[in-house]
Amino acid sequence: MTAAVTERGYQGRVHEQARRLMSAWMGELGRAEVEGVPTGALMISGNCVELLRACHVLPMFPEVTALQNAIRHQSLPLILKAEQAGYSSDNCAYVKADIGLFLDGGMGPGTPIPFPTLTVCNYVGCNVYVKWFEHLADISGSKLFMLDVPFARTPEPSADDVRYVVAQLRELIALCESLTGRAFDIDELREILAYAARAEDGYARCKHLAKHHPAPFDAYFDSINMMGPINVLRGTRDAAEFFDDAVAELEGLVAQGLGPLSDERFRIVIEGPPPYPYYRSFRNLFTKWGAVAVQSTYSTVGGIWEWGFRHDPRRPLESIAEQMLRENLTNRSIVDRYQQIRRYVEEWQADALVIHSIKSCRLFSAGQGDMRDYFIRELGVPTLLVESDLEDPRYYAEAQIRNRIDAFFEALEHKKLTGRAAAGRTS
Amino acid sequence: MAIEPILAECRDLVTQPLGALAEGWKAAHPGGRAIAAYPVWAPAEIVHAAGMLPLALLGGGTSVELTHADARFQSFVCSIAKSSLELGFQGLVAGVDGFVFSNICDVARNLSSIYKRNFPAAFVEYLHLPQNSTSPAVAAYAASELRRLATSLEAAFGAVVTDTALAKSIEAYNAVRARVRSLYAFRIAEPAKLSTTELYLILRAATLTPPEETLARLDALLAALPARGGRRQDRMRVVLEGLFCEQPPLGLIEVLEETGCYVVEDDLLLGWRWFTEDVPTDGDPFACLGAAYVDRAVPSSTRHEGRRHRAEGLIEKVRRARADAVIFAPAKFCEPALFDYVLMKQGLERAGIPHMVVEFEEKMWTFERTRNEIENFVESMLFD
Repeated sequence: MTAAVTERGYQGRVHEQARRLMSAWMGELGRAEVEGVPTGALMISGNCVELLRACHVLPMFPEVTALQNAIRHQSLPLILKAEQAGYSSDNCAYVKADIGLFLDGGMGPGTPIPFPTLTVCNYVGCNVYVKWFEHLADISGSKLFMLDVPFARTPEPSADDVRYVVAQLRELIALCESLTGRAFDIDELREILAYAARAEDGYARCKHLAKHHPAPFDAYFDSINMMGPINVLRGTRDAAEFFDDAVAELEGLVAQGLGPLSDERFRIVIEGPPPYPYYRSFRNLFTKWGAVAVQSTYSTVGGIWEWGFRHDPRRPLESIAEQMLRENLTNRSIVDRYQQIRRYVEEWQADALVIHSIKSCRLFSAGQGDMRDYFIRELGVPTLLVESDLEDPRYYAEAQIRNRIDAFFEALEHKKLTGRAAAGRTS
Repeated sequence: MAIEPILAECRDLVTQPLGALAEGWKAAHPGGRAIAAYPVWAPAEIVHAAGMLPLALLGGGTSVELTHADARFQSFVCSIAKSSLELGFQGLVAGVDGFVFSNICDVARNLSSIYKRNFPAAFVEYLHLPQNSTSPAVAAYAASELRRLATSLEAAFGAVVTDTALAKSIEAYNAVRARVRSLYAFRIAEPAKLSTTELYLILRAATLTPPEETLARLDALLAALPARGGRRQDRMRVVLEGLFCEQPPLGLIEVLEETGCYVVEDDLLLGWRWFTEDVPTDGDPFACLGAAYVDRAVPSSTRHEGRRHRAEGLIEKVRRARADAVIFAPAKFCEPALFDYVLMKQGLERAGIPHMVVEFEEKMWTFERTRNEIENFVESMLFD
């Protein structure tokens, strides 16, 4: 009988530093109202956080607030509050948790989550973003700026696409100037973009380190520690240094042959956001089987950096536009995502694909049955699809999910054993 | 021409499989092509200017059983997406050469690429229609996106879309839309003479025939309707909202009308009557159409309008149609409609306009619960 797999408790500096940096940012947000610092709400996906930073507008992310409430098991009462106000049980629960927070008195003047001074809807793929920010602007009374980013429907963004986005970025700059009373400085943006590129480089190197056997970290469950700095704090010196440290730490683990688990038995790619209300339980279901995520799509919602794209300080607005248009998961089609996952499976040498399908986010999930069909039938990649939600705990059926995961890894283990036996007979 | 035969013709068109309609038209137009647009807005002018037949891809309604699409799309996805895919799997859109989708919602976007993957021989184009309504750059972008569609059609089928042809197509559809606006105005004035079930069939038939043919039908109806009998009854005048994408079963509309309502405004097939006034044709027709998409658009849950609150368009509709109340009828799982419901409901309450909500699904076939809910609502209004 094989020994039980355990977590090594290895989180170390990456985890601690991420927590410290994110807490500092939350602290800044909490003080913004009193200190008169203008705030700008943004969405995570393919965001232009560097631009707000250069405009001296403190970025805030309703998605981060929503996921934090979910991971602390506080999302359900907020969701119910929103549903009482008329939101449907079929609406995205991220939005409901955010609106529920306002209805519950947890967002707005005098709270740790201020109303945004400016609501910038970076419409990068997700149509719910448009609705969410219309509603946020409605309750907060803040100015709504709709930054319309054409969806990736050609192999590369067209000149018209880039021109359209850059024109809107210039309008956003002018709006910020009128809001802050400060003139925009393009050289300051260049400097911020240089820090962004350094962080992107570090994040990409971390991802590539997961190609090692064992992978030094779990690229799904541990990526959350890096997603804060890369998506929220990108463009700061702190975020750039954070990734310098992360690379050094993970390289050290690779040199020692250490991974997150005592034994890496299965290498998997995970598609879809995690069930935040049951983050730990969900992770345990994989740990027990020695399954480590060596790549994940969720970690690329803000940007896909592992294929080499970096913000370019020499072409500041154009490179921001290009990143929003093409270099992130959400503005690409679901079928483009199949190719992203295929590369992950092949280049990161994964044994299987796990699709976590969530009701709230149709951008991610609608059509994942077709994705499963593609990977199983056309590529022969063992694929598991389980359903729950990223925010609403009512959709997480633990026993059912556990049964499906157990059955999947039992079959995978059997396949490995019979494969080894067959190889032994032929050698 | 009498009204009833025209209505019968519309009903017959609506019940035919889309593929069979396309084949029928192509048999009469050798070398012709048919392109179907998924809701909401249909770039019919561009397709027509390419010499092709523009059609609407509106799902399978109650006519198809899902046997393949259910394995592709989860249970929490709207029915129209699944049944539209199913039509492809069951060969019911064979004869339609291409499909156009746009960024109305997350499901439609994913459906577009999944359609392409599963039916690689079909032409599939995805349009990104602008969500920014106020940027000075938006009109040029919209025009460029429409040009891209025209270029794609040209490349795929060897068609040519000239400025002159496009201007003519815009005029043809302007004429159709003007008649549709007249029909809507007529229903507001004489709801007893034109039911919403009938108007819906007329509109839907307009998405299945070339504009020239549609125009003749609409002109005949407009000429004959004023003389039609119909005694006005003491009914509640309502605006129906939320049905802009997934198609309601006819039974649902009939129940509304049977339970004491005159539907005097709605958002049925909104994309095919998108423009509030004629699209200009003086100048670059792509630019005219692109600018009109943004500046002459009806309020829609699938387009962000930065210049007005979500509820304003609906309240205006209520006042223009002299309606007493609003019935929201979002399709099950339709996020644009379900989100807008909240802001619209709040706006209606501020304006003192009563409202109720009934969800529907295209496959719905029993309406007793809906009937009870509407009857209760109507009674509560009448005896208030």
